[in-house]
Amino acid sequence: MLSSGRRISQIRQILGFTLVLAIVAAIAMNVSGNLQHRGLSLSFEFLSRPASFDIPFKLIDFNSRDTYARAALVAVLNTILVACLAIVTATVVGVLFGTFLLSPNPLLRRTAMMFVEVVKNTPQLLQVLFWYVVILRQLPNARESYQPLTGVYINVRGLFLPTVQMVTPEGRKWLAWSALVILLGLAVYVLRRLFVPQRAELRKSVAIAVGLVALAIACWLASAAVVTLSRPELRGFNFRGGVQIVPELIALWVGLAIYASSFIADLVRGAVLAVPKGQEEAASALGLKHGQTLRLVKLPQALQIVVPPLVSQYLNITKSSTLGIAIAYPEVMTVLGGTTLNQTGQAIETMMIIMIVFILINLVVSALMNRYNRHVALKGHT
Amino acid sequence: MMSPTSRPTPSTSIAIWASLKAMFGTPLNAGISVVMLAFFATILPSLYRWGVAAASFNGVDRKACSEGGACWVFLRIRWHDLMYGSYPAGEVWRVDVVAVMLVALMAGAFIKSNPWRRQTVLLLCLAFPIVSGLMLVGGVPGLPYVATRFWGGLMLNVVLAFIAVVGAVPLGLVLAEARRSKDRTVRLLATGFIELWRAAPLVTVLFMGIFILPFVMPRGFELNKFVSVAVALVLFNSAYMAEAIRGGLQAVPRGQFQAAEALGLGFWQARWLVIWPQALRMSVPSIVNTAIDLFKDTSLVIIIGLFDMLGAVQQAVRDPQWLGLSAEGYVFVASIFFVICSILSAMSKSIERELDPARRD
Repeated sequence: MLSSGRRISQIRQILGFTLVLAIVAAIAMNVSGNLQHRGLSLSFEFLSRPASFDIPFKLIDFNSRDTYARAALVAVLNTILVACLAIVTATVVGVLFGTFLLSPNPLLRRTAMMFVEVVKNTPQLLQVLFWYVVILRQLPNARESYQPLTGVYINVRGLFLPTVQMVTPEGRKWLAWSALVILLGLAVYVLRRLFVPQRAELRKSVAIAVGLVALAIACWLASAAVVTLSRPELRGFNFRGGVQIVPELIALWVGLAIYASSFIADLVRGAVLAVPKGQEEAASALGLKHGQTLRLVKLPQALQIVVPPLVSQYLNITKSSTLGIAIAYPEVMTVLGGTTLNQTGQAIETMMIIMIVFILINLVVSALMNRYNRHVALKGHT
Repeated sequence: MMSPTSRPTPSTSIAIWASLKAMFGTPLNAGISVVMLAFFATILPSLYRWGVAAASFNGVDRKACSEGGACWVFLRIRWHDLMYGSYPAGEVWRVDVVAVMLVALMAGAFIKSNPWRRQTVLLLCLAFPIVSGLMLVGGVPGLPYVATRFWGGLMLNVVLAFIAVVGAVPLGLVLAEARRSKDRTVRLLATGFIELWRAAPLVTVLFMGIFILPFVMPRGFELNKFVSVAVALVLFNSAYMAEAIRGGLQAVPRGQFQAAEALGLGFWQARWLVIWPQALRMSVPSIVNTAIDLFKDTSLVIIIGLFDMLGAVQQAVRDPQWLGLSAEGYVFVASIFFVICSILSAMSKSIERELDPARRD
């Protein structure tokens, strides 16, 4: 009886496997037949040819004589840039609106609820187009730029910011960078101190903070770095110097961030409400106020619940960055699926590259977040 | 957590007093309230002026629109494009009939007291797609043929979303079962398929529908854009539906499987008669939520050159006569999506409560 059952299962397995193989083979045959018919061949050789198009916004050097492969790299970096900007912004705005949704003040709570509902229930592409066409396209030209702060200009070509350029004597660059890294560490330490209840005394924490500042200053002085400020200046019809943030990036960034923030706000609200009521009562028995209870008792516990759905929101943001193609922000889809595909006609290859990029991003983010999740979960049980 | 204002109150004056106290009770809350009120006092009047007071509603062209207000005339003139795309004007009644049927069937499937609720659901999922397909495509006596390239506007959003949901549910059910299979190969294949689609951005999926699908088809097999997009959407959505239905399958108590086995039901009989009806019912809220997301995302088809409702706006504002009227168009499209999605998500929440009477909100 048992062995016949096993045999049936084996037969089924073989049959199923054959079926899948047959489907894959049929698809492969169709593809190769169609490729032959159109005189195309499956090859990634085009990647080493010069791209002969320019990319208006890039983080690394690129000109039209560079290869398609380098164009793809520029595009991947642009995707990562807009995804990171949107993820950070969406988290901050989402947590803020999540706390608004929990506010005892009905005016604030209802307004936040309205915002979340409107943003959640309208298409994301519509929102990106709204920011791009209705808001950013209405800005004045370069000569009539808004100047909210000295050296900062806003016009139809985007946001122009002053930048700093760091010049260090040969071989001392790492010292300057380590000073910056130490300052970053300090910021993280202070934030942790604010949000995670610590056993360490305040005096000790202040001592650590002062120590870090001193170390950073020492590194900076030792590097003998000279910092020059590069300000955008109007030359002719456009600005020179400083850094230009193109309106396409701003529209996509704001569009992705606001859309995701509405979902994150709901997640945060749900997670805080899921914290047992006894915790709140204990906190108020200890004399903590509403804000303190939220910050010190509820949010840290809600964090555990919120991490898994938050990860999928982050992945959604990254995937949605492909909406850049609608407003010509040069991300992966625009550069590979748009320009490269148009110029070379290598549809299968470009789509494969795009898919590989997103699968890799997915895997890396999931792995990182799983680690973080384990870390948070473990701490919760001690 | 129950908010203080949502408690039943004996009289209105006490309710007003309670909400006033909540708004101005502490210095911080009073400060927030004042800032919010000031914000509304500056925003609302100018919005009202733009959208209503200074806006133009009647007329036949741009000249009817006044400066400084919204030009709603634009929507009136472009109404046909926004709703039906290039569907022939004389045949539009067919779309309207299908729309009325869809709304009626969905309402019938939703209302708890409907004695034929089960039949309505079956009608919606089995008979309605065939009838509405015949109505919209035509090609039978009395109904002239209307090629899919003339379809557009809101109709295209709804049709694509409906096809993607109804086509993806059976596929999703199979995938969900395969992912729970005892057989490792089956499980791996299903998991790989699902995760591959879930890693892909929808824009990429639509591009694959347009550029890759023709390569996969046997030679000489012509695919039009609409069919390519529909196939791509069904495959894409099936992965999400599989996850929604897997949740439902997991929620079926183990005892149900054992009871089915004890009754002597075979694998498929147990699935068909005992497990799937329960699992599908329990996954309805997730299925509806997935459907809402998909419905919103159908507007992405403008990227590959189909003209849905948002596409109709994009096309219209390129017309020199309506140049620069994007804001009006976007506000209109956003309101339509907002209304439909809000209704659907309210339905989903209500079904969720219905399925779980023990849950307290």
